Amino acid sequence: MSNRIDVRKTYKLYIGGAFPRSESGRSYEVLDPKGRFLANASLASRKDARDAVVAARKAFGGWSGRTSYNRAQVVYRIAEVLESRRAQLEQELRDSEGVSASKARDYVDLAVDRLVWYAGWADKLTQVVGNANPVAGPFFNLSTPEPSGVIAVIAPKGPLLGLVSVLAPVIVTGNTAVVVASEEHPLPAITLAEIMATADVPGGVVNILTGTRAELAPGLAAHMDVNGIDLTGIDDPALALSLEQAAADNLKRVRRPAAEDLLATPSLSRMTAFLETKTVWHPIGV
Amino acid sequence: MSTETTKTVFEYAPAPESRAVVDIKASYGLFVNGEHVEGRGTPFKTVNPATEEVLAEVAEADEADIDAAVKAARRAYEKVWGPMPGKERAKYLYRIARIIQERSRELAVLETIDNGKPIKESRDVDVPTVAAHFFYYAGWADKLEFSGYGTTPLGVAGQVIPWNFPLLMLAWKVAPALACGNTVVLKPAETTPLTALLFAEICQQADLPPGVVNIVTGAGRTGQALVSHPGVDKVAFTGSTDVGKAIARAVAGTDKKVTLELGGKAANIVFDDAPLDQAVEGIVNGIFFNQGHVCCAGSRLLVQESIADDLLARLKRRMSTLRVGDPLDKNTDIGAINSAEQLARIRELSAIGEAEGSERWSPACDLPTTGYWFPPTLFTGVSQAHRIAREEIFGPVLSVLTFRTPSEAVEKANNTPYGLSAGVWSDKGSLILKIAAELRAGVVWANTFNKFDPTSPFGGFKESGYGREGGRHGLEAYLKGADQ
Repeated sequence: MSNRIDVRKTYKLYIGGAFPRSESGRSYEVLDPKGRFLANASLASRKDARDAVVAARKAFGGWSGRTSYNRAQVVYRIAEVLESRRAQLEQELRDSEGVSASKARDYVDLAVDRLVWYAGWADKLTQVVGNANPVAGPFFNLSTPEPSGVIAVIAPKGPLLGLVSVLAPVIVTGNTAVVVASEEHPLPAITLAEIMATADVPGGVVNILTGTRAELAPGLAAHMDVNGIDLTGIDDPALALSLEQAAADNLKRVRRPAAEDLLATPSLSRMTAFLETKTVWHPIGV
Repeated sequence: MSTETTKTVFEYAPAPESRAVVDIKASYGLFVNGEHVEGRGTPFKTVNPATEEVLAEVAEADEADIDAAVKAARRAYEKVWGPMPGKERAKYLYRIARIIQERSRELAVLETIDNGKPIKESRDVDVPTVAAHFFYYAGWADKLEFSGYGTTPLGVAGQVIPWNFPLLMLAWKVAPALACGNTVVLKPAETTPLTALLFAEICQQADLPPGVVNIVTGAGRTGQALVSHPGVDKVAFTGSTDVGKAIARAVAGTDKKVTLELGGKAANIVFDDAPLDQAVEGIVNGIFFNQGHVCCAGSRLLVQESIADDLLARLKRRMSTLRVGDPLDKNTDIGAINSAEQLARIRELSAIGEAEGSERWSPACDLPTTGYWFPPTLFTGVSQAHRIAREEIFGPVLSVLTFRTPSEAVEKANNTPYGLSAGVWSDKGSLILKIAAELRAGVVWANTFNKFDPTSPFGGFKESGYGREGGRHGLEAYLKGADQ
């Protein structure tokens, strides 16, 4: 058996629950820190990004309409499946980033724990950020958070913990996401996509594109059917500026890039950035 | 029910509110650092839209004036207002709330003269809500640690407000900003600056420290200079979606925090089991309140097909009893359109409605010959593609569409880039809650419409803007956040 040739995996995109290649037929070489070939990743095009937005929009009604308890279980399930495939991800982190075995283990630990943390918020956030309002009149009046819609996420360089930290808070509240994975380290993102596809995440709730930020981000920032954009992964101030300007065309909710310690316990801000407050009134006694 | 409209005729003797309570000066300067100062721009005139009478000449703030106002606000923030304990800031805000109550008649009459809205409304809705707003946020000033948004203010807020609710929008902007420890530079709309300038006097009477509130008058250019000023930490804007987008572009790449409360094209959905007379009152209030100059106006009536004829007959009969005319008359329901420019916009879109094939109807009503007037109007036979079903008219013009099923109603209601408000009328609780959940709008009024309260957050989804004003949620716009 020692002469057996291993079966390598083609890394593809994740759109609408399926794993297509880029419609452009392009790919790019992913290298390890020493410059050795790891794999060819799909080089997503602007058309792929538009297809991903269509898939995310299609999935929004169903996903946002699920009960919070159900969304909590789905996100928790991602953590479960990730834990079960941790050996593969640890190896991929070591290959792509060149980190030590113990560091890779730490990152996977944190990514799993972060998913568990966010999963639990699904059915609690409404109680923490919503409230009844004591209006001066005979009215029932209640404010509750609702998801903003389709959110474009430009993920940071960290291939697993970075991705999980920006993706989980977006989807746990009922948004759907189009993610531009770490350009430098795209392979773990596609493995995470495979995990989500087997963790009962409905097709289209998460869509993952591999490719370049410079090519993909401007189209997403300008897309009129995207409701919000997280610019965390943009480290070029000029690009961040032009993306925020483009996002103004339909008044996307924008999370600007800012320094952040991904090892620390998150705040609520990544969830509340892409939530709307809806206030419902009804007369009492009439 | 007959579809014929029968007019119930009541004759009303004129009942004008006295103007004697207000003292309008010939000219007004800016209010910077606690003092009234000259502006360096080109002065402009503010007009009573009901009579076209020139009320006063008002200073225009240029970039140097804006710079001086922002610097005054910065000094006040750093030296006085920021360091002041919340419980002391609260007392200033309570003082302001009380003075607004004390001078309420004066404020209401001045608002009506400058804006054209009925005195009934400025007296019973606008001014009481303004006082309530200051009273509400005064109480937050020393309780911010319980807000969930931290206790750290942002600094200097640049605030730009519209002409439809001049004093109320001022309150929505100034009260939470000050409660959180920020100082403000506020620009009122160029057609309605007078109550903001009277508010400056109220700040003086309250002995509010100089520079905490600064008021700069002018038009779009002045507003642009304010929101783009690098010394501004926070931008708050209420107005059109186009200007809101320009502001979002202008602040891109900065650290400025922004809240935008923009346009709307609200659906008001009436189901076949709705209490129809109540619904008719709600529809009328939804679109004719404040001449329809309301961002959250119920400008698209979606009525279930089976009751459409009945409802329209009742609605037309009710519209025939609306009194249009002298805003200072206590019996007036619909006042003057705020400006010649806005009147032209309403006329243009209404003409387009007819040209695109909708049927236009207004009750017989005698409009005054001077001033800016538009009768309450409804359009039937409107399709979703018609411009009067898509664009914000910001006037007393209602577009009527029909639907058959609840899902069709929701689909039509959400078929707009806006998402500020919506209405739903039904006697079935479970249907109301389902529809309310599916509407993509920041405020949903069920079996009521156009209700506002200081404790209740207001603001939109999608292109109606972001951020909330009012309630605990309204504090978020003026604090750094618990995690920053």
